[in-house]
Amino acid sequence: MLFGAPQYLVSGLTVGATYGLTALGFTMIYNTTGIINFAQGEFVMLGGMLSVVLLKAGLPLPLAILAAVLCSALAGCLMERAVIRPVGRAAPVNLVIITIGVSILVRGVVMLIWGKDTFALPAFSGAKPLRFLEASVQPQSLWVLAITLLVLGALKLFFSRTIHGKAMLACACERKAAALMGISVERMAMFSFGMSGFLGAVGGAILTPITLTSYDVGVMLGLKGFAACILGGLGNPFGAAAGGLILGVLESFGAGFISSAYKDAFAFIVLLLLLFVKPTGLFGGPKSDRV
Amino acid sequence: MLRILGLVAAAVLWAAQGFAADPIKIGAVVSVSGPASFLGEPEKNTLEMVKEEINAKGGLLGRPVELVLYDDESDVNKAVLAAEKLLKKDGVCAVVGATTSGSTLAIMNKFPAAKVPLVSMSAAEKIVTPVNPFVFKVAPSDRHAAGRILKHVKAQGYKNIAILSVSDGFGQAGREVLKELVPAQGFTLVADEVFGPKDTDMTAQLTKIADAKPDAIICWGTNPGPAVVARNRAQLGMKTPLYMSHGVASKKFIELAGESAEGLMLPAGHLIVASQLPDSQPQKALLMAYTAGYQERFKSPVSTFGGHGWDSLKLLAKAIETAKSDKPEDIRDALEKVAAFPGIGGVFTFTPTDHNGLDENAFEMVVIQGGDWKILQ
Repeated sequence: MLFGAPQYLVSGLTVGATYGLTALGFTMIYNTTGIINFAQGEFVMLGGMLSVVLLKAGLPLPLAILAAVLCSALAGCLMERAVIRPVGRAAPVNLVIITIGVSILVRGVVMLIWGKDTFALPAFSGAKPLRFLEASVQPQSLWVLAITLLVLGALKLFFSRTIHGKAMLACACERKAAALMGISVERMAMFSFGMSGFLGAVGGAILTPITLTSYDVGVMLGLKGFAACILGGLGNPFGAAAGGLILGVLESFGAGFISSAYKDAFAFIVLLLLLFVKPTGLFGGPKSDRV
Repeated sequence: MLRILGLVAAAVLWAAQGFAADPIKIGAVVSVSGPASFLGEPEKNTLEMVKEEINAKGGLLGRPVELVLYDDESDVNKAVLAAEKLLKKDGVCAVVGATTSGSTLAIMNKFPAAKVPLVSMSAAEKIVTPVNPFVFKVAPSDRHAAGRILKHVKAQGYKNIAILSVSDGFGQAGREVLKELVPAQGFTLVADEVFGPKDTDMTAQLTKIADAKPDAIICWGTNPGPAVVARNRAQLGMKTPLYMSHGVASKKFIELAGESAEGLMLPAGHLIVASQLPDSQPQKALLMAYTAGYQERFKSPVSTFGGHGWDSLKLLAKAIETAKSDKPEDIRDALEKVAAFPGIGGVFTFTPTDHNGLDENAFEMVVIQGGDWKILQ
């Protein structure tokens, strides 16, 4: 009965890390602006696609990834400047609809330029699997887990220790008060879009060797990432990452022990049950009803 | 003076019309744009190429061929409108199309009423079972591909089979056929797993399959899923032979799966292994000629789908020539008598009960070796 359990756990953690990284990007923007950015999945896609394109253009892999990540961060900033700031006074729900529009636009442009094909990236340190307990692990999975943890730690420090991080949190709590304290709310908003573009693209670039990429990978990742956010408690970076990992493991165990045909259903049934019992998510405090 | 010129012009026009014989009008409904354009575009290119080739050789029955082609934009409703226009307004003697199974199923019932033959380029088995007297198709069925795999499986002496399919239309159609054929041919189906078209990790399914200890795994899907399955199989260190479907018979699959594609087996049309075929193979010469002609003219690689365009128009041309008539009903009768006709997709033999005209031999078993296809003996 328990045959394969270590393997399911490893698979679940790898897939879960992809959800978690996407969820982190959602959290960044939500924490500063109160907006759910549905173009988050597209940042992940951009990170992967641009890495592939730059690698094909002849750049070495680390440089291609670095450039792709920076381009995506820039795209995030650009998105805030071009479409979010001009309608800054609008209700959050209007802004959310705008982000959906941006996601469709980005997807369309990437499809027109690079086509509908799927692409792969080489793994960072070989593809020879490692044996661990009874499971085999791709070295790339370890990269993904390590980088996810690293990013998580850095974010934690950023929000609790640096003046910029605290300023960003202040903007989300009360824009007017933050502005009166001398914080440039607009710059913080742009900064948060840039950072979540950066986070998404890091995720996209490190995941592509495992998951492959194409112009439309952002749709499903965005959806699962958002679910991970809700599961972990909206606005909590730690909760977002944990939510992603839990979602991934649930899916993997569901597919392994019950039926792979209903894989996507298990995660969402658990999510629904949890929300009935604890509407603020696993790690969400009372803070989450502030919007 | 003007008047005289006008008279002369009129006379010349009248004479020209008299000299050029009435063209033979063949209609086509093709998804040149939209999501199915990766199928429709090579089909359209090929149809036009074949038409020009026929006309350059003097046409059919001494008359030029005119192709009335409509783009259905991968939309079933537009395909229906296009079919009605072809039958009622353009008065064509036969129709090629549609590109997708859904569109073909939507338009095919108009053809018996109009008594005009339709040659479809899509794969669904329902198009020709039960036989509709006026409807033919040139794309091989999933059943042929599955049958070809199982023939190879049987030759290796394998008993227990696991299937792993994608949860979209293509995967589930293949799964149904396999679930019927596997027990019917004396194998035991030990695992039946499914994955989503956008899934990025199938180790859970493969681990479950490994637990059932099959002798061989058959994976049915189109890119990118099967590439992930291949990678995960290598990751898990599984040695169980893995068969893929004809849905991944493109270089893209080898590119995506990388080294983990080595040793995988799949049924593929003869087109991709044309140069490895023995010279005695009846299709070889025309496969090579089609590949060279298409690549030179359109600067892009040939695909099986373009081959469906070649087969449908050439089959109609053959029927018109044997019938010595362009009356739709004569063409239909002649089509049904076509036998051992070498095409791109296979060697066609239509009968009153078989309007697909192909069998398992439309596929060649190939193995991936050194990043390329190799025919399995």
